[in-house]
Amino acid sequence: MSLLEVSGLRVTFPGDVCAVDGLSFTLERGKTLGIVGESGSGKSVTSLAIMGLHRDATVSGSIRVDGIQVVGAPQDQVRRLRGRRMAMIFQDPLSSLHPAYTVGEQIAEAYRLHFGASRKAARVRAADMLAQVGIPEPRRRLADYPHQFSGGMRQRVMIAMALACEPELLIADEPTTALDVTVQAQILELIARLQQEIGLAVLMITHDLGVVARIADEVLIMYAGAAAEQGPAIPVFTRAQHPYTRGLLNCLPRLDGDAQSPLIPIQGSPPSLLNPPAGCRFHPRCTERTSELPCATERPAWRIASRGHHAACHLLEANR
Amino acid sequence: MTTLVTGTAVEAVPTTSWRRLTARIWADRGARVGLAIVVLFVLLAILAPVISAMTGNGPNDFHEDKINKALGGPPLGAFGGISSEHWLGVEPVNGRDLLARILYGARVSLLISLLATAVSVVIGTLLGLVAGFFGGWLDAAISRVMDLVLSFPSLIFMIALVSVLPSGDRMLLLILVIGFFGWPYIGRIVRGQTISIRHREFVEAARAGGQGNVRILLREVLPNLLAPILVYTALSIPANIGTEAALSFLGIGVEPPTPSWGQMLQKAMSWYQVDPMFFVIPGTCLFLTVLAFTLLGDAMRDALDPKGSH
Amino acid sequence: MAAYLARRLVGLALVLLVVCAVTFAIFYLLPSDPALQACGKSCTTERIDMLHEQMGLDKPVWQQFADYIGGIAGGRTIGTGELAVRCDFPCLGFSYQTNRPVWDLLLDRLPTTVSIAAGAAILWLLAGLSTGIVSALRKGSFLDRSLMAATLTAASLPVFFTGLMALYLVVQVAEWLPFPSYVALADDPAGWAQNLILPWTVLALLYAALYARLSRSSMIETLAEPYVRTARAKGLPERTVVVKHGLRSALTPIVTVFGMDVGTLLGGAIITESVFGLPGIGQLTMDAINKSDQPVVMGVALLSAFFITFFNVLVDLFYAVIDPKVRYA
Repeated sequence: MSLLEVSGLRVTFPGDVCAVDGLSFTLERGKTLGIVGESGSGKSVTSLAIMGLHRDATVSGSIRVDGIQVVGAPQDQVRRLRGRRMAMIFQDPLSSLHPAYTVGEQIAEAYRLHFGASRKAARVRAADMLAQVGIPEPRRRLADYPHQFSGGMRQRVMIAMALACEPELLIADEPTTALDVTVQAQILELIARLQQEIGLAVLMITHDLGVVARIADEVLIMYAGAAAEQGPAIPVFTRAQHPYTRGLLNCLPRLDGDAQSPLIPIQGSPPSLLNPPAGCRFHPRCTERTSELPCATERPAWRIASRGHHAACHLLEANR
Repeated sequence: MTTLVTGTAVEAVPTTSWRRLTARIWADRGARVGLAIVVLFVLLAILAPVISAMTGNGPNDFHEDKINKALGGPPLGAFGGISSEHWLGVEPVNGRDLLARILYGARVSLLISLLATAVSVVIGTLLGLVAGFFGGWLDAAISRVMDLVLSFPSLIFMIALVSVLPSGDRMLLLILVIGFFGWPYIGRIVRGQTISIRHREFVEAARAGGQGNVRILLREVLPNLLAPILVYTALSIPANIGTEAALSFLGIGVEPPTPSWGQMLQKAMSWYQVDPMFFVIPGTCLFLTVLAFTLLGDAMRDALDPKGSH
Repeated sequence: MAAYLARRLVGLALVLLVVCAVTFAIFYLLPSDPALQACGKSCTTERIDMLHEQMGLDKPVWQQFADYIGGIAGGRTIGTGELAVRCDFPCLGFSYQTNRPVWDLLLDRLPTTVSIAAGAAILWLLAGLSTGIVSALRKGSFLDRSLMAATLTAASLPVFFTGLMALYLVVQVAEWLPFPSYVALADDPAGWAQNLILPWTVLALLYAALYARLSRSSMIETLAEPYVRTARAKGLPERTVVVKHGLRSALTPIVTVFGMDVGTLLGGAIITESVFGLPGIGQLTMDAINKSDQPVVMGVALLSAFFITFFNVLVDLFYAVIDPKVRYA
């Protein structure tokens, strides 16, 4: 059994906005899955659905964490999973940490709750965690407030907080977007190291293919609330099947690439989720669509490109 | 009264979306009810002489046949003497027609509160703009003055000023005094908003284009502050109606025989046991106007609040 | 922290000094003469001049002001000759009409006003906060909409209208309570509360409505903060999320307004006192104004300004305690 099994996930917001429409994927223990997409593609909505944090939205389908169903489960049951077996870190560590409590208190809080630990034991644990994520003088810094840390240090605090209860799954929602490039690399290294040490599964949500290329075992490309392409990182990057994935890769500057090949941006902008285009949702922006294929009328089915590597594109069908 | 306007999280709105805003305000049922009541009272105030002529009762005509002299002057008949001649009954002791006094009182109430609001909005906007735009010592000085005015016990000072100053024109005095104590609230809002947009691209562009400061303030900055100013204006009208009524109630509003709602309520204090209609009628009018303006102001704020937290 | 406190206290003193000067200017430069009022009906020019001299009104304005400030700081003897009176620290002037120092008059009336303000403040804080929080948590529900309609109504009702309504319905028609009169807390605690319950409720109704609206929007705003989502992601129970992580920040704007409102009310709940005929600072003010007893009006103005600025400082200190950013600034 995989650690995380998502199938047929659908998240609808009031006003008939379908942010995620029929998404399925799995994540194995100790592995990293990178979910890539533009803003509005439904990647963050998916992560909040896994954590059971949607309040106004209707979630249907199935999300199993170590076999435990999250969708439709009683709030209390999901709450006991949150923080304990799955944890999450967010894009902006400053606004995601409470400004009025010390970081020690914020790290210890969940540990005391989930393990029934004493204040003292939780403090020791919090200091250990700060040391583990590479914050110097951890004991002294327990009493500091979030605004006294730098951006990168704050994200380390977030990670320490998330990992304090030894979860098996870490969801990282754009954890490096708000940080400087050099700090980004440090945070990614830290996540990769901790993953090695404690056998953590990581769901890395990002719009940055570079981040995914660095640490992901598997990649899921999302477009307008649905999966466009999915598979092991190397085949997806080297033999991308979906025109959208190829478009994303073309936007990426490469050091080893041909200096002559220009960066090509994807034309147009993501569709409105209130009124998504018929057929393949990418077809209005697709440069490879042909009139022989039902791109504008039929939603493409999930096609196997190679072992474990799938894409939803009519071209795949035609090329077979 | 101050709490009505705090927590306003309204931001500048590009002028292109005004039409959408009015549509959104109009979609609010509360706003439509509020607008209807406001229009009704404004019409009644304007038409006061006409209606008064129609019923044949002036605001200061005594009707001593309508009161019970033996009992000290309560109106004859049920519900404060409501009859086909006097639709809202009559005042105790002198039998003046309540409808006429309510209508003329509406003029006083609306005129004073609207003009006082205008005074504070004009002063507050001007000083807030200057403080926010130029910064430096000007900002420091204006901000200090605003803090200072806000730490004055405004009601006591209004009472003291109105009673001490020569009352050549009590109405004008009330407008100026109420308006004066209100300007720092809007001054702070305008200052904050000005600071937040003074370095935006369009302002920088105008500056790079060689426009003068005054021109930039009036052409670039002010139009972008209209939305918050409007919301504040709408929300401070009901507060000022309440203040005017409170001052009148305490006996330092417009001078009798000019009627005002607060003054009627003050008189009604000694009659509440015998003639409750005498306080219910002006009190209800006061309540309805304050409610109506608040509904309108709330709807405007909701339409402009980007976070939709209200 | 000590330096911060000292800075704020110096600021407080400065603000009061300026308020003092402005008040002084308003009352002593305006065309109305306290000597003329003290003089009575059969007043001759000689007597006026004598009174001016004895009341110290012939001195230059700055001298009078310096005397006034000196009196506040250490007491003084006001005037000379037959009108000389001793006015002890803190001397806020002397009321020739009641023949008593202003400070004594204020002290007589303070307990009533404090009783009204404190009782009402507790009531409206409890009622307003709980209504606002419940509304925020059920945002958009039928309950929320009903509560907000109710608070909108209550916020539009002036105290003198609800006061009269309460007197008519509760005292006159239902006869549940006697007409309020002030009973000292020390003499008869039960009677004190029984007499004040109506003024408390009437005053608290208006403020509770305003606070409910304020705390609702503040709470909705904080509950949408990313750190509240973090708290939920940690698996904390909803109650902890709302109270420990949400309410704590939502309280900030409420505390500001609360300090302002309590400070203002302590300087005289003028309307409430006059509706219910309670002998507090507000009534003293109105009496003094009607009798043109300027030293008293000035004393009241200063006392209220003191309360307002003092509570402002208290609020700032409170922030310094709860908000680490202020503390370390």
